[in-house]
Amino acid sequence: MHVSPLVPLFATAGGAGSVVLQLATVDYLILALYFIFVIAIGWVIRRSMKTSKDFFESGRSLPAWICALGFIGANLGAQEVMGMAASGAKYGIATSHFYWVGAIPAMVFVGIFMMPFYYGSKARSVPEYLKLRFDEKTRTFNALSFAVMTVFSSGISMFALAKLLNAILGWNFDACIIFSSLIVLIYIYSGGLTSAIYNEVLQFFLIVLGFLPLVILGLQDIGGWSGLMHNLDAYSATKGMPGAWSSSWSHMGNATANPIGIEWFGLVAGLGFVLSFGYWCTDFLVIQRAMAAKDMNAARRTPLIAAIPKMMFPALVILPGMLAIALYHKGGTAGIALPMGTDGNPDYNMVVPAMLAKYFPNGMLGIGLTALMASFMSGMAGNVTAFNTVWTYDLYQRWVNPDSSDAHLIKVGRVTTVVGLIISACCAYAAAKFNNIMDMLQLVFGFVNAPLFAIFLLGMFWRRATGHGAFFGLLLGTLSAAIFQGRTLPIGETAGLLKGGWLGVQHTFVSSMAQNFWMAIFAFSGCFLGTLFISLATKPNRTNDELRGLVYSLTEKPKDEHGAAWYARPMPLGLLVLACTLVLNIIFW
Amino acid sequence: MQLDIRLPMGLLFLLLGIILVGYGFVSDHAIYVQHSLGQNVNLLWGAIFALFGAWMLFLARKKKQ
Repeated sequence: MHVSPLVPLFATAGGAGSVVLQLATVDYLILALYFIFVIAIGWVIRRSMKTSKDFFESGRSLPAWICALGFIGANLGAQEVMGMAASGAKYGIATSHFYWVGAIPAMVFVGIFMMPFYYGSKARSVPEYLKLRFDEKTRTFNALSFAVMTVFSSGISMFALAKLLNAILGWNFDACIIFSSLIVLIYIYSGGLTSAIYNEVLQFFLIVLGFLPLVILGLQDIGGWSGLMHNLDAYSATKGMPGAWSSSWSHMGNATANPIGIEWFGLVAGLGFVLSFGYWCTDFLVIQRAMAAKDMNAARRTPLIAAIPKMMFPALVILPGMLAIALYHKGGTAGIALPMGTDGNPDYNMVVPAMLAKYFPNGMLGIGLTALMASFMSGMAGNVTAFNTVWTYDLYQRWVNPDSSDAHLIKVGRVTTVVGLIISACCAYAAAKFNNIMDMLQLVFGFVNAPLFAIFLLGMFWRRATGHGAFFGLLLGTLSAAIFQGRTLPIGETAGLLKGGWLGVQHTFVSSMAQNFWMAIFAFSGCFLGTLFISLATKPNRTNDELRGLVYSLTEKPKDEHGAAWYARPMPLGLLVLACTLVLNIIFW
Repeated sequence: MQLDIRLPMGLLFLLLGIILVGYGFVSDHAIYVQHSLGQNVNLLWGAIFALFGAWMLFLARKKKQ
C-alpha cells in the first residue's frame, strides 16, 4: 500500500466535516501558482524523455539526495500527513513506533543489504528481480497483485482528497476527482518517473515548510512542551491510562495498558519486523525511487538519507495530532473544535483541517491547503508511476508483446498512465458507493502482502531457495494470513468476513491493530517455513552462475570509494541513523 | 542536460514568499489576533519561504557555474 500498510486506512475521513475553511483570493493565488509549477516541471522534463529507461527509471541518473527526497516524498502522502496526525490524537507519542520501530530499521536494512541486489542486478523492477532470482510465475503473481494494489491505492487517495475538499471547502466531488487526476496525468504523461520524483521533492519541502508553523503555533498556544505534556496527562487520566499519551514505551508491557492495544512483542515483531521490512524492502513504489539513482553508492544511500528526515517526521505529523487532542481536552477559548465521529469520539481524521482552521490566517491557509493537496497528489503519482512501470515491463512486455521496440514501450507507459488514472477514478467512485468492498480489498491485499518479505529474505540470503519454494511458500503465507484472520477477532467486534472470526473465534485481541500485527507474524512464519521446506524438496532451478548478483553469498560486496568521507559511505551512515533512532526511543521512553 | 530541480523549486518558494510577505503587509491585523496568537505569520513565514527559495536558486546557479 502507499504508506506503510500499518497506517490506519484513511478512506472514511472527512465524514462529519463541520470544520470549514474560508479561503480568500490570496489562497487561490497560491494554489494556482503551485499547480502551474507542477505542470511546468513535467512540461520541461518532457524533452529529456528519449528512451523507456528515461521514462520508467529516470535514466538511472539522479543524485542520491533527490532520490532520497523522492523516496520519502512518495511516502509522505495524505495517509501519512492526516493519518499520523489522527493517530497522534488517538495514541499520543506511542504513534512514533510507526517511525522509530516501523520504518527506520527497515530503511537502513534495505540500503545496506538489499539495494546491491536490486540495483546491481539488471532488474528494472522488483517483480523482475523475482523473475531473475526465482521464476516467471513468482514474478507474475507479484506483478499482478502489485498492479491492482497501486491503482486501488491511488483511487483511495483520490477519493479521500475529493471527500475532504468537499467537506471543508464545499468543492464539487466530481470536479475534485477530475481535476486531481488531470494534474497528475499531465505531469506523469509528459515527464515519467523523473517528473514524479521532482514533484515529490517539491512536495516534500512544501509539506515540511507548510506544516512547521502549525506545530510552532500550537506549541506556543498550549504553553510549550511542558504545557502539552501536562494537558495530555490530564487527558490520558480521563481515558483510564494515566501517562499513556506522553510516553512511547513505558506502557507497552501489556496490551490493555496503552491506547494502541498492543504489547511490545507483537509491536516489534509484527510492525517492526514483518510489516515494516515487507513494505520498505520490497514495495516497488519506494524501491523504484532508489533504483533511479545514478550509481550503486547513491542507490544504497537513498533510503539512508531518507531515514534522516523520516526520523524527524513525528514532530511534523504526529505532534499536530497530540496538540489537537490536548487543546480539545483543555477546551475554553484556547481550545479547538473537533467534530464528533459516529462512535462518540472526536473525528480524529479532521485533526489537520481543524488545526489549519484555527491557526492559519488567509495566506498561510493557502500554503497549508496546498501542502495538503500536494500530499494527496504525491500519493497518487507515486502509485501511478510504479503501476505504469510494472504493467509495461512485467506484464505487457512479458505476456502481450515481448518484441516491442523501445519507442513503443514509452507509448505503452503513457497509455498505461491514462488507463491507470481512469481505473483509479473508478475505484474512487466505488469507494464512495461501497465502502465495504474497499475494506474487503484492503484486507485481501493484507493477506498477500504480509508474507512477502519472507521470500525476499530467503531469496537474497539463501541460495538454495527455489522458484517453486518461493511461489508456493507465498501462497501458503497468504493462506496462513486468511486462516489466522478467520480464527481471531478484535474485542467488541462481531465475527464476519471483514473483522475476522468467520472460521470460529479461537482468540480475541485488544485491538484490530494487534490482530493485524499478529496476522503478519503468522503469515510471515507460514511463508518462511513453506518456502524453506518446499525449496529443500525441489531441485534448484537456477545455477550458481545465474544467481551471481542476486544472492548474498555469490555477490561481490560493493566497495566504498577509497578515502570517501563517512557520510558518503552507506555503512557508517546507516549506523549513525540507527544510533540516533535509539536515542530518540530512549528520550521519549 | 536535465533540469536542475532547485531552479523551479527556488523560483516557486521565492514567489510564494513574496506573495505571503506582500499579503502580510496589506492584510488586516485582526486576522492574526484571531488565528495566529497575534503574530503576523504571513510576514514572518513568507520571509522564510523567500529566503529558502533564494538559497535554492543560489545553489542552482553555483552548480551551473
